[in-house]
Amino acid sequence: MTASKKSSGKDTLWLILLALTGLLIVVGVYLSILWAPTAVNMPTEAEQLAQRIFYFHVAAGWVGYLAFGVTALAGILYLLKRQRRFDNLAVSSAEIGVVFTAANLVSGSFWARPTWGTWWSWDDPRLTLAAIVLLVYIAYLMLRNAIDDPERRARLSSIYGIVGFLSVPLSFISVRIWRTIHPAVIGTTSETAQGGFDMSGNMVVVLLFSIFTFSLLYAVLLHYRLKLEDMREQVEDLKMQALAEL
Amino acid sequence: MSYLRKVMAIVWKDVRAELRTKDILSSMLVFAGLSVLIFQFAFDLRADNVRLVLPGVLWIAITFAGVLGLNRSFILEQDRGSLEGLLLAPVDRSAIYFGKLIGNLLFIFIVELLLLPLMTVLFNVWLLSPALILVLVLGTLGYAAVGTLFAALSINTRAREVMLPILLFPVMIPVFVAGVQAVSRLLDGDSLADIMRWVQLLVAYDAIFIAAAMLLFDYVVEE
Repeated sequence: MTASKKSSGKDTLWLILLALTGLLIVVGVYLSILWAPTAVNMPTEAEQLAQRIFYFHVAAGWVGYLAFGVTALAGILYLLKRQRRFDNLAVSSAEIGVVFTAANLVSGSFWARPTWGTWWSWDDPRLTLAAIVLLVYIAYLMLRNAIDDPERRARLSSIYGIVGFLSVPLSFISVRIWRTIHPAVIGTTSETAQGGFDMSGNMVVVLLFSIFTFSLLYAVLLHYRLKLEDMREQVEDLKMQALAEL
Repeated sequence: MSYLRKVMAIVWKDVRAELRTKDILSSMLVFAGLSVLIFQFAFDLRADNVRLVLPGVLWIAITFAGVLGLNRSFILEQDRGSLEGLLLAPVDRSAIYFGKLIGNLLFIFIVELLLLPLMTVLFNVWLLSPALILVLVLGTLGYAAVGTLFAALSINTRAREVMLPILLFPVMIPVFVAGVQAVSRLLDGDSLADIMRWVQLLVAYDAIFIAAAMLLFDYVVEE
């Protein structure tokens, strides 16, 4: 009785958090589209409007890397402790990370089109890195799909999650040197050469607000994704029981 | 038996098996040659663009042929039922990893040894300089280190050999970028000192992933 009461109390808390996240997203949309000041040094209106993607774009990118970090950490914990919940955490976080990294790339393309004049540029190390990282974690999810035994799936994907995460800084260094020793095609200096702007105080506020909101969204999504995984496990257990009774 | 001798025993076992069947090396060599041929038609390699494209062709031929060899190193063991025997051997699991790694390296090095003169002749670009060979050795080491770990991992999946390139390629991008860039700068006449950053990156990659693979290999084969 008490256990179910306790868990229902926790459920209510998560429902409140979910509602709060929804509310904050609405506020965030208002802040980033209407309240945040227009960037001053943008020559065309299209660029000024596109600049507002920034608040969504940066926050999504942040959640992507955060999620993959959690996946690697959960992988290490799984290998050490061998508890199923760590593996559930790893896969839930990786799935969310893939979605947000994809959102980061797509929103970046929408911004780049009016600002750089192209959807995609291989001259930007961060863009290239995001594409590589996305592929690493799509491979991670494919690996999981190709293994049936839950214990083996957890163990092997933990290993891949760790190695994949280790490769991220090296990939970043490599694409960075790749583009800085080459003659620069866009601008003359770094990757921020085109479309950069100085952030005024209010812009920083909106950016921090959206990063906070997206982090909260990540936490809520992670919670419900973990719950789904729990239910899936219960269904599997019940199936096994039913089979055993036959 | 010392640790090193145990490692070499595993290497020797693989080399001897290969000498009898010649399965792995022949398929790797033919495949590497074929990819060079395919790229010749894809990019129409001529004197004016050959230096631009050749480093990429060289590395793609090595990585693609490498995947074949890496896959065979564990799939053959699994198919012959000798994997359990290997794992039951009274050696540290990391010795098995290093044995397999050195075997794989040997096979890829042999492919490179034949590929370099072949491409030198076919495209009239001198590829046999010591600096270029150093870059190839360092890059191949990192590639094979991660590849051997993932090959052991892939045989536990339903897709087996299909899984390896999907897992391996995104993680080995630093090797590929550094390898291609270093080789193309060497072809442009730069010296080893000019490409030090790429060499350092390759050394760092090798050190990090050999250490990581050594620690993680135990978990791959623990069943």
